[in-house]
Amino acid sequence: MSETVLATPAAAPARRRDGLRGLLRKPLFVVSALITLLYLAMAAFPGLFTSVDPRACSLAFSGVGPSSGHPFGYDLQGCDYLANIIYGTRSSISIGLLVTVATFVLAAVFGGLAGYFGGLVDGVVSRTADIMFGLPFIVAAIVVLNMFPQRDVLSVSLVLIVLGWPGGMRYMRGSVLKVRNLEYVQAARVLGSGHTRVLLSHVMPNSLTPLIVLKTLEVGAVIAAEAALTFLGVGLQPPAISWGLQLSAAHSQWQAHPHLVIFPSIFLSLAVLAFVVLGDSLRDALDPKER
Amino acid sequence: MLGYVLRRLAAMVPVLIGVTFLIFALVHALPGDPIAAMAGNRPLSPSTVAALRQQYHLDESLWTQYWYYMTGLAHGDLGTDFHGRPVSELIAERWPVTFNLALTAWVMKIVIGIGVGVYGALRRGRLGDHLALGFTVLFIALPGFVFAFIAQLVFGVNLQLFPIAGIADGWPMSFLLPALVIALETAAPLARLTRSSLVEVLRSDFIRTARAKGAAPARVVWGHAMRNSMIPVVTYLGLSLATLLGGAVIVESVFNLPGVGGLMVQAIQTQEGSVVVGVATFIILVYLLVNLVVDLCYGLIDPRVRRV
Amino acid sequence: MNLANRAKSTVDTASPASPPSSSALLEVTDLRVDFHTRAGRVHAVDGVSFSVAAGETLAVLGESGSGKSVTAQAIMGILDSPPAEIVGGSVLLEGRDLLTLPAAQRRAARGSEIALVFQDSLSALNPVQPVARQIAELYRIHRGMGRSEAWRRAVEMMDRVRIPAAASRAHDYPHQFSGGMRQRIVIAMALALDPKVVIADEPTTALDVTVQAQILDLLAEQQRERDMGLILITHDLGVAAQVATNAVVMYAGRIVERSRVRDLFLDPVHPYSHGLVASIPRDLPRGSALPAIPGMPPSLTARPGGCQFHPRCPLAQPRCRTDEPPLLPVKDGRESACHFWTKVGER
Repeated sequence: MSETVLATPAAAPARRRDGLRGLLRKPLFVVSALITLLYLAMAAFPGLFTSVDPRACSLAFSGVGPSSGHPFGYDLQGCDYLANIIYGTRSSISIGLLVTVATFVLAAVFGGLAGYFGGLVDGVVSRTADIMFGLPFIVAAIVVLNMFPQRDVLSVSLVLIVLGWPGGMRYMRGSVLKVRNLEYVQAARVLGSGHTRVLLSHVMPNSLTPLIVLKTLEVGAVIAAEAALTFLGVGLQPPAISWGLQLSAAHSQWQAHPHLVIFPSIFLSLAVLAFVVLGDSLRDALDPKER
Repeated sequence: MLGYVLRRLAAMVPVLIGVTFLIFALVHALPGDPIAAMAGNRPLSPSTVAALRQQYHLDESLWTQYWYYMTGLAHGDLGTDFHGRPVSELIAERWPVTFNLALTAWVMKIVIGIGVGVYGALRRGRLGDHLALGFTVLFIALPGFVFAFIAQLVFGVNLQLFPIAGIADGWPMSFLLPALVIALETAAPLARLTRSSLVEVLRSDFIRTARAKGAAPARVVWGHAMRNSMIPVVTYLGLSLATLLGGAVIVESVFNLPGVGGLMVQAIQTQEGSVVVGVATFIILVYLLVNLVVDLCYGLIDPRVRRV
Repeated sequence: MNLANRAKSTVDTASPASPPSSSALLEVTDLRVDFHTRAGRVHAVDGVSFSVAAGETLAVLGESGSGKSVTAQAIMGILDSPPAEIVGGSVLLEGRDLLTLPAAQRRAARGSEIALVFQDSLSALNPVQPVARQIAELYRIHRGMGRSEAWRRAVEMMDRVRIPAAASRAHDYPHQFSGGMRQRIVIAMALALDPKVVIADEPTTALDVTVQAQILDLLAEQQRERDMGLILITHDLGVAAQVATNAVVMYAGRIVERSRVRDLFLDPVHPYSHGLVASIPRDLPRGSALPAIPGMPPSLTARPGGCQFHPRCPLAQPRCRTDEPPLLPVKDGRESACHFWTKVGER
């Protein structure tokens, strides 16, 4: 009859696992996950989704609206719009994932060090973050991006990473500060575990959840930020193909060629929405306190 | 209290120095020759160029230039543009627009965000909760400029309720639509924060105490839960106001509002480094000061952090 | 727990062994509270009956998770539902069933006729309101007093629970008080409107031993003065012995023993009570281990069949795995829910 006695420490990971398994029964999660997978597939293998070459253009078709065989019509250069939008997925998704993963790692490492060691390490990391945080985001992004002669996915990502890590760092630092003073961490220290061991096997695993939750919600925001910067003319540049570029080119033609704005907007919005909802469901599963 | 304010002001100095230096160095590193940009297509004699370079300390090292700038700043001088106009004057022209837009948007955002958050918390888990949150998420997903266009088209062109662009109609008519766009776009995080904070407070023991006292549900929520749930929200609202006051670049450009954000973009495009630095410094100062004010307000709602 | 057991226990308690005395102020009969969890519906309180008369102090004893606090909150009507649901029973306060009262009348009784003292005074007080305002709120809600009148009465009340310099401390916030003083404020809040019954839920658990005694004295003294019924919920037998006359022992949502506190100490009639009493430090030979009850209380979602206590019971027999013992009179007006109560303490 001993199995009727549930010891509490074992219950926590079990609850997390239950939460993740419960996700599959949530329609919002399933739908957003499927859409996300579709976008990932489009980013990885655009050729599977269209057989038209996005760069095969003819000015004769400039701005022509949807027709059979070209359901999204043509852009101002007379290129097939559907093909361009599909090929544009790669830029947005790569930037979204790259920036999120990189800022996650930076935030975890620096937040972990600053929170755990405190003192000088914390001083240097936190003041640097304060300065980065004090920079008005759009202004700083515009200035920095202007320094690159040619802006591609990597340079735009780099700027978003440099400007984006402090938020997560502060978050991580806060949760490490809490965990660091918990009794089992103190116990591990007293029992003679080294800093590396305590940090890696006790502190980090128990303080990462809030950061993971924050970051899952961020992919969508990064995708939207890239599009906004590109729209302002400081993000990606041709010959890159991206939704931001398409919208930026189309926005002055809004009245004459509405399809040029509508289609990339739908792709962009749906991508952001799918990532946000996905992040939200994961948050609920990992951090059930909020429900 | 005064001591605390002074300490906080002193703590702001290194951040201000760090941030302005960063901007300064970045602008310094921008490609292109500012003198050539200034001259446009007028030919300049080498002696004029030399004189101009000296006037703007362009031949000095980055450090010296920054030193000149900071000494000027200490006297309230934000520098001049290439036509000799003080940057502070340029900002003064633009500031009312940004200020009106930011404040209007901020108030709308508070009404929408806190309204949705409170509604969601009180009906948590039910259909209305999901719909309200979903509504705010839709606006995050819609790219800002696309949403701005749609608003412009529907309310300006088709319904003709508001001017399409510009500030000819003054406050409030010219500002309502762009402010609403900003408010809706940024309301979602506020709604979430409000909701989760209120949900947590409603579960706390002192809410149970209030109910055990026989307080009616409305009294429990508005008299006991609200103020406590606003504690984390106030910090966020401060950050949000500070960010808005830095200029809403995209909305300003779509609605053709001559605000600080537009000034910044324009200065970058025309490579007027001194204006970029001056405006950035101003925006950072506003940001830091608003945050300080918010920190002080914090004590008003949470007696536990009140400083004597 | 399966349906058969549940049906059975309903039958058991439907014929109460000792009908609560007619002089009772508060009469709880067959109270049942379920929680809706992700693992399904669980019985947190499963057919609990007791009564309190004016001037009587009843101790409700049990470990955490035994359903004591849920019982208190169910009586007060402040359970969060969902997830909690009161699925049966009645709570008669001077003959009126609080459970079936319309919401407004229920609220009117709450805080004025029946009041609750919470365990953790720091979290039980609103952190952003001055303490006197929180006491004054009772006068404002139930007596319709104006701000200044209510405030004056609140300060009086603080004085009565012997908070030094009450008038000058009235504007202070909860975090500015010591634990003992805060608990006095919580008690002042409960006593403000002269309730007929006060339920104190672990009122001294968070306090130092010396302060504990002061708070218990204060409660006992106020109770004598006002002739109110006091229900003292605690896991601490020492606390119960200090103020209570009668006791019920709860285990896994049920009452397993009902006795006078004195009898409970000297001669428990349930193996669980026996374990509790035996684990109190007393004059034991130096070096001998303090007896403890092995195992842990069952979780709500994994209740054993039969007697809830059998997995931890030294007297358990095969019968205990299948037959749930009803709470029956055993001797001297006492009740026990054990098939083998005569063997308790023999060993």
